Amino acid sequence: MATVNKHPQSWGRYPIAKSSQVVPVYWRDELPNLAAFEQSILPYGYGRSYGDSCLNDGGVSVDVSHLRNFIAFDDETGVIRCEAGVSLADILEVAVPRGWFLPTSPGTKFVSVGGAIANDVHGKNHHSAGTFGCHVTQFELLRSNGEHLICSPEQNSELFRATIGGLGLTGMVIWAEFRLKKIVNPYIDMESIRFDSLDEFFELSAESDQKFDYSVSWVDLLIGGPGLCRGKFSRGNHNQDPALAQKPLKAKKLPLTVPIDFPSFVLNSYTVKAFNEAYYRVQIDKYVKKTESYEPFFYPLDAIHNWNRIYGKRGFFQYQFVVPFEHGREALNKSITHIQKAGEGSFLTVLKQFGDVKSPGMLSFPRPGITLALDFSNHGERTQKFLRELDQIVEDNGGVIYPAKDARMSAESFKKFYPQWQEFEQYIDPKFSSSFWRRVTQGTDSNIPLYI
Amino acid sequence: MKVAIIGASSALAHETAKFFARDGADLFLVGRSADKLAVVADDLKVRGAHSAETFVLDVNELDRHEELLQQTVATLGGLDIILVAHGTLGDQRKSELSVAETLQELNTNAISVISLLTLSANYLEQQKRGCIAVISSVAGDRGRPSNYVYGTAKAAVTTFLQGLRGRLAKSGVVVVTIKPGSVATPMTAHMKQGLLFAQPKAVGEGIYEAIKKGKDVAYVPGYWRVVMLIIKSIPEGLFKRLPL
Repeated sequence: MATVNKHPQSWGRYPIAKSSQVVPVYWRDELPNLAAFEQSILPYGYGRSYGDSCLNDGGVSVDVSHLRNFIAFDDETGVIRCEAGVSLADILEVAVPRGWFLPTSPGTKFVSVGGAIANDVHGKNHHSAGTFGCHVTQFELLRSNGEHLICSPEQNSELFRATIGGLGLTGMVIWAEFRLKKIVNPYIDMESIRFDSLDEFFELSAESDQKFDYSVSWVDLLIGGPGLCRGKFSRGNHNQDPALAQKPLKAKKLPLTVPIDFPSFVLNSYTVKAFNEAYYRVQIDKYVKKTESYEPFFYPLDAIHNWNRIYGKRGFFQYQFVVPFEHGREALNKSITHIQKAGEGSFLTVLKQFGDVKSPGMLSFPRPGITLALDFSNHGERTQKFLRELDQIVEDNGGVIYPAKDARMSAESFKKFYPQWQEFEQYIDPKFSSSFWRRVTQGTDSNIPLYI
Repeated sequence: MKVAIIGASSALAHETAKFFARDGADLFLVGRSADKLAVVADDLKVRGAHSAETFVLDVNELDRHEELLQQTVATLGGLDIILVAHGTLGDQRKSELSVAETLQELNTNAISVISLLTLSANYLEQQKRGCIAVISSVAGDRGRPSNYVYGTAKAAVTTFLQGLRGRLAKSGVVVVTIKPGSVATPMTAHMKQGLLFAQPKAVGEGIYEAIKKGKDVAYVPGYWRVVMLIIKSIPEGLFKRLPL
């Protein structure tokens, strides 16, 4: 069996893991015999999870990024079926010219379909469309006992629910089928509104989420004062003008690449403050409205390859939590104050309201409430301690943390955030595990899986 | 556009075919494994191919080449482009120890190609239009200890194509020699992949562009033209001591 020398990393580049072997899969008719591996197994796609949920230190990483074929696409209904390693970028390339779009998309299109299911990813339209898993109609799951199971809301429905948001632990998704969304053309009517306080954000959000399919805010948390934060609220809908369907998208610019790891002093609270100031000021008018192609609207960061290198060799922590609406103000007040006090600069801070579209996923992260996504350079114990304090604020306000972005929450916190973890554990494939899962379940006797 | 691809489930052929599929081409896909051809055909249909038919053949069955060509023309209703993309990167060390192994490599990578080219050249010459494109390799530009059996086969193909190009120029048939450098594909997954390794998608696009433009010789990516120019210019006395 061919193995590859390259070791899987996660996007935050912390922690560094070393798989015992990396096994690439090239064809659906040449799948590895999972039972034959002595160590635990975890599928790996493009490594866009931030923490250690895609890592399997000391175990086998099955590289599914070569399973990249489409299987079927129905132009009439928008139902598409493809292998697990197909990226969302691949799907857009095929679907957009034919008037279809992803049902929902995270902030990067360089994720695999398998990863989108395993992390039950969400996007700017969570309030109107729910998570990726809400649109999945069925998939094939390979278990380590050699069984190939078709999972759907009707068939093997519990395993279907466990696999959506199941962090790749329930088996290997070979292919998946899901519904795309009809569009008239590839353009988005977008508006960007500057706001100067948290209250203004809440007002904008309340007003926007009925009328706009997509909404998200970039925020600057380092301003201090009673307003707590400022930022830019961006919202949009798919443009409905059939004439624009023929208008060619602008020729793609060559992607910029960050070729080297920046020294760790480059990102600090001063440079982040300077960046925030510039980014806030670059929009001169309070209110901007324009029609632009979907790429800059959905994927501004995809234009810069390897942007994770700006955090330097030690990597960075992403941190995303959601708190219920009733605790939203208090949780944000406290966490923003905590961040300001610590002087930790978060570069790409994103604030959004989740809606109440329920995902079938058993362990899914999104739920109705306010979500804040942050990132912090890794300064070792100082950062760890700061984040533990943030965990406490989240916990006190009935919130939870996103596993796909986590590299450090304690087992104790995880079990409080996800009390359903024991129900979920029954569906884990006995040969599958991950660095994340071992970390957040340590100190507990592993249950013998009931589901074989 | 009616395109036949031999060795259609190879990574480079598939990546190239994706661009033809986007143009809405009719594709005729030839390979050893029916299962893999079906996977590739489905993929290409989703990507926009007007049709994608498959034909199972081991290219070393030379006596079936005539049948293959007839099937191709009958299925596609003609032939505009034939892309010969099959090949094996055998174990050089095994070849050194075994005549049978060496001949097998030469059969797959040279003899079968030359057979296919002979038949399709005659067909296109009569038709007085069309394109023959063949994936040769930079390995054929100069013999190196690490892969000279493979390189010998590719050199034979390259030389054959040079002659064929001259002959067919008179009938308006284009002959494209494609020389990819190292590409990160299943064929090279076991190798240590240095800076010069290219991604299959980019190489597929390079091959597609070379065919569309009717280039004579295309190095993909283009920097391999320079690399090979340097490698070819090293005097033999020095070259034989280099660990290449």
